Amino acid sequence: MNEHPKVPVASTSPSRGEVAPKAREGVGSSTSASVAPPPHPGSLARFDPPPQGEDGEFLRHIRKPLPHDSGPKHVQGVAQYIDDIREPEGTLHVAIGQSPKARGRLISLDVAAVRETPGVVAVLTLADIPGKNDVSPAFGDDPLFVDSEISFMGQAVFAVVATTRDIARRAVKKAVMEIVSETPSITVEDALDRGETVLPDYAYGRGDVEAVVAAAPHRLEGQFRIGGQEHFYLEGQVAFAIPGEDGDVQVYSSTQHPTEVQHVVARVLDIPDSYVTCETRRMGGGFGGKESQATQWAVTAALAARVTGRPCKIRLDRDDDFILTGKRHDFRCDWKVGFDGEGRIQGYGVDLLARCGYSADLSAGVVDRAMFHADNAYWMPAVQIASKRLKTNTVSNTAFRGFGGPQGMLAIEHVMDQIAWATGRDPLDVRYANFYREGENITPYGMEVEETDTLLSLVRTLEETSSYRERRKEIAAFNAASPIMKRGLSLTPVKFGISFTLTHMNQAGALVHVYQDGSVHLNHGGTEMGQGLYIKVAQVVAEEFGIAMERVRITATTTAKVPNTSPTAASSGSDLNGMAAKVAAGAIKKRMIAYAAEAFSVPEEQIEFRDDRVFIGNESIPFDELVKKCIFARVQMSEAGHYKTPKITWDRAKGTGRPFFYFAYGAACSEVIVDTLTGENRVLRTDILHDVGRSLNPAIDIGQIEGGFVQGMGWLTTEELVFGKEGHLLTHAPSTYKIPVASDVPADFRVALYPNSNREETIYRSKAVGEPPIMLANSVFCALADAVHALDPSKPVPLNAPATPEAILRACEAQRGRSMG
Amino acid sequence: MARDAIRFWRNGQPIEVSGFHPRTTLLDYLRLQERRVGTKEGCAEGDCGACTIALGRLKDGRVHYEPVNACILLLGQVDGAEVVTVEDLAKSGELHPVQSAMVAHHGSQCGFCTPGIVMSLFTLYHEAERPLGRDGINDALAGNLCRCTGYRPIVDAALEACSGKPDDLFAEANGATARGLAAMADGQDLVVGSEAHFFAAPASEASLAALYDQHPDATLVAGCTDVGLWITKGMAELEKIIWLGRVSGLDQIEDTADALTIGATATHAAAYSSLASIDPDLGELMRRFGSVQVRASGTVGGNIANGSPIGDLAPALIALGSKLELRKGESTRVIPLDTFFIAYRKQDRQPGEFVRRVTVPKLNSNEVFRAYKVSKRFDEDISAVMGAFKLRLDGRRIAEARIAFGGMAGIPKRAMETEKALTGISLDDPSSWGDAMAAIARDYQPLDDHRASAVYRATVARNLVFKALSETASGETGATRIIGRREALAAAE
Repeated sequence: MNEHPKVPVASTSPSRGEVAPKAREGVGSSTSASVAPPPHPGSLARFDPPPQGEDGEFLRHIRKPLPHDSGPKHVQGVAQYIDDIREPEGTLHVAIGQSPKARGRLISLDVAAVRETPGVVAVLTLADIPGKNDVSPAFGDDPLFVDSEISFMGQAVFAVVATTRDIARRAVKKAVMEIVSETPSITVEDALDRGETVLPDYAYGRGDVEAVVAAAPHRLEGQFRIGGQEHFYLEGQVAFAIPGEDGDVQVYSSTQHPTEVQHVVARVLDIPDSYVTCETRRMGGGFGGKESQATQWAVTAALAARVTGRPCKIRLDRDDDFILTGKRHDFRCDWKVGFDGEGRIQGYGVDLLARCGYSADLSAGVVDRAMFHADNAYWMPAVQIASKRLKTNTVSNTAFRGFGGPQGMLAIEHVMDQIAWATGRDPLDVRYANFYREGENITPYGMEVEETDTLLSLVRTLEETSSYRERRKEIAAFNAASPIMKRGLSLTPVKFGISFTLTHMNQAGALVHVYQDGSVHLNHGGTEMGQGLYIKVAQVVAEEFGIAMERVRITATTTAKVPNTSPTAASSGSDLNGMAAKVAAGAIKKRMIAYAAEAFSVPEEQIEFRDDRVFIGNESIPFDELVKKCIFARVQMSEAGHYKTPKITWDRAKGTGRPFFYFAYGAACSEVIVDTLTGENRVLRTDILHDVGRSLNPAIDIGQIEGGFVQGMGWLTTEELVFGKEGHLLTHAPSTYKIPVASDVPADFRVALYPNSNREETIYRSKAVGEPPIMLANSVFCALADAVHALDPSKPVPLNAPATPEAILRACEAQRGRSMG
Repeated sequence: MARDAIRFWRNGQPIEVSGFHPRTTLLDYLRLQERRVGTKEGCAEGDCGACTIALGRLKDGRVHYEPVNACILLLGQVDGAEVVTVEDLAKSGELHPVQSAMVAHHGSQCGFCTPGIVMSLFTLYHEAERPLGRDGINDALAGNLCRCTGYRPIVDAALEACSGKPDDLFAEANGATARGLAAMADGQDLVVGSEAHFFAAPASEASLAALYDQHPDATLVAGCTDVGLWITKGMAELEKIIWLGRVSGLDQIEDTADALTIGATATHAAAYSSLASIDPDLGELMRRFGSVQVRASGTVGGNIANGSPIGDLAPALIALGSKLELRKGESTRVIPLDTFFIAYRKQDRQPGEFVRRVTVPKLNSNEVFRAYKVSKRFDEDISAVMGAFKLRLDGRRIAEARIAFGGMAGIPKRAMETEKALTGISLDDPSSWGDAMAAIARDYQPLDDHRASAVYRATVARNLVFKALSETASGETGATRIIGRREALAAAE
């Protein structure tokens, strides 16, 4: 590994072959669109990129399928999560006292019996909050503890601090609450009836949709429901706070947004931000569920630490996690469309009615993003995208991978199927007829789609490699001969906008230190939740310095090293933090080059960093040797890098601009089989072709694509959130809420990267990959509808999401002209 | 003289633990007492598998490893076993084959489910029948949820790692560990605690009968796959726990020409192949029953005694005409299984009485059995509807029908009206099946809950009658099933 020469040597000549650069010819490879996916996934062969990039770069680490940096630790159980941190002596444990009613007023709270429980050290109530009773990310409407207004069942009313978690969990049940309860709003319809919203309505569009639809040769309209989704990160919400001196506090939080945790802890404790440090080494999954909603638990732990003066930990029980934290928004989409005989849309109008829960949380952005994706990949001459952010007495819905985009997109994919059913055309042909193309490439929000050819050629490639047309025929023949079992097929596209739609969030910081032994300390504002951000950014830094990966020490995200960061969200992690780290490492490298040029009397352009050495003219020295020399020469070997995304502008008031730096594309083709007597079903085969630009790490990217697809498939099939009339969440644990298991994954699952380069200057021309793959699962939903459609092709299929066996059987019965009530 | 400490094998040596609270789970012991935190809590209800550890027990003189959910396993239940956790696999810096395959195939992302997956694969590595296919691995992983990867790389890792003969330190130490376990098996009664609160594990049926008679307020625990949730979720203040797992002979499975008799503490895993030999549909039901972890802990007797309206075994065993034997003190009695279930969570069981064994008649050559488990998710899910049919044929006519459903009432219940309507109908005349399909609506007023609506359950039940009849008429299942096709199961034999 690292060399540690005892005596600095002026220079050493490389021995032959040791550092000889690889031949530079054979730029080879191509961006041809006719990539053939391998017969079966899992082989690393397809990841093997040429060592030399097409742009002439000689890349050692970038584009390599390196395993997750924590992989060996994960498999041995030594990767440390917050609940694994060795507790200091005297650590206390916190449990939440919850409201048993969904709506009403808290008249009194009697916690005497709680306090008297042996082992209980403190009971935290409203009176213990030194600062603001507000843990919201933006709008001031999420109290830490109920003041008087009760907004949802399970809402935190108080907290118990005890010597063990078991004691705390048992003690919370002893509180006596007097509540005057009211009838809660649970559904979209309840909220519409009451006219209650968490934020103002918002709409944009172009043209007179009503008139265009009315005048169109064909018209359809309908109501389409899309269910929510529980994140089900395997590691539940957890935070650990250790009080320091002068009232400061160190908070370990399983959060995607350490900066927000820091700021909100300070706000609630009434101390300056600088007194609070939030650290996050890794999360056991986030998926958006720890973007804003990890904060409350971190704040609770910090408040407990403040009140007791002892280290305090809170780890939610899984059921409490389900009940107390928000989910993907469920939507009712009221749509109408006018189109011609070919299925070409002339006008599309949609009302996106989002169930936000009791508070705004991130619903401004989530529903905006649903609106931004209501067009998906399709040109709409006249269009009206409207939205309501409805208030219900349920937990506040929040970010979830895709951030509203999947809902907006699924609605238009459903409409594409509706058009196909009405025209009798193949659904894929209807989609082709509507794709953005040259001259018809302005989104409803006024942004130009510059890469119109990418998606079209990607979809055409997938159509071929998935044998879509042949299988369409085979399936028709199968269905004709099979009265009970029906197969379905669908190929759906994804176009997903990359950037936070709040422009100011598109920035990131990184901190790089180079130590005297040549080891590198890497820190940045992005958090690791399994997506492989840390390894990708480490690859960037190792590449920049031309050093071995082992030299780069990945360190936990902390607000003390990189301040004022954005959440790790919006798929932006490697775009933003990779660039910031490159800026930081590049600045240090620049100073090293300047020093070496002077010390060795060699022009700067003849200095190159690679193979763990620095080539200076005709000589080379080990990297760490040059580092030592630099330090000796008083060169600064530390740098804070900063990056902000260029080109983006968004004027929300006018509903126009360029909210996205670029789009990421993908498409999936899924085949399913449905038992029309029970609604049971299975995905038989899925082919995916996805655009990650030029991949930073193909193994990590494939992992995001496959994992995202399966998670999306769960959302649209077996994952069903059921609320009772009084506001109880009835599906609050894995026994009742069913995410995909191994056997649900298509037995034939073919995933390939589409060879493409990002036309924008992103980090090594890669594209973001975190969220877009979720929407590849739209193909599963549409294939299920296609299978049901085979029962009676003369009728549209009344299938809503999630397509549970019950929802599918209901649609089958309707298709057969029977009602299941 | 009862022993007052549990003894188990850990890292090559025996460990004794006493003075623990009867409710203490193995997971809490590992994380809070041993401070070995590699094993994770994901759900605390035995559904996600993050807490999976391996228990080694003696079987035919060798140590046999099974995965269990440590979150709902009581600490006392590891008495006499070897406990293997994720930290134990890598030795002197070298990863275990399942660990290195997981890394090489990018099988971990967030890593939180990974320790549990590694331990499930560790047991598969040791116990799998080879060669393994994707389906076999999917079955082995049905009790391990991963939210990040989409499973494909994990299955690939398993295909690679679990393909050869076991060759690791545990295989090497198997003989020594087996001797260690044998030496710990003292056949003594075990009581940790006091008269007021204890964890007891009687070693004989006589001790059990006496102890339970003396403490009818104690909670009997076999696998603890349900009682575990009373503790972790219901916060039940259980103070007296009697574990049946050490009662000698109570786990006996007797297989005779015309019946199968399953002792109350035989696990689902142990009874699996015997039940499957009665009918492939029963085998398929067992394959989908819970998960490997749940089947390794949960017992046939527990699934019955528990009295859940949604337990999968009871409807199948009722349809087969099973009988239940109960014991209290010195006296035993035998009742038809369907009469055991009186009302929601109310069984025909006296204070101090326990389930001893269940006898399941085998099928005659003129009898047809069909079972259907319908749930939101195929694997590791509780049924919305579970229907079981036994049809006695007289040529192409149904001479007698015996049908039971789960999920359709407060108890597992027979469909008497449908049975009557089916009697005498012809398999060759589908137009005559309508009455029977309609009759099921008179048999049940199904539940309406988060798993399914009442109307869905009623519709499915009606359609399952049709499915059973058409499959019986055609003798085929290819056109009526997505999974569990009998032709495929027969071919795999």
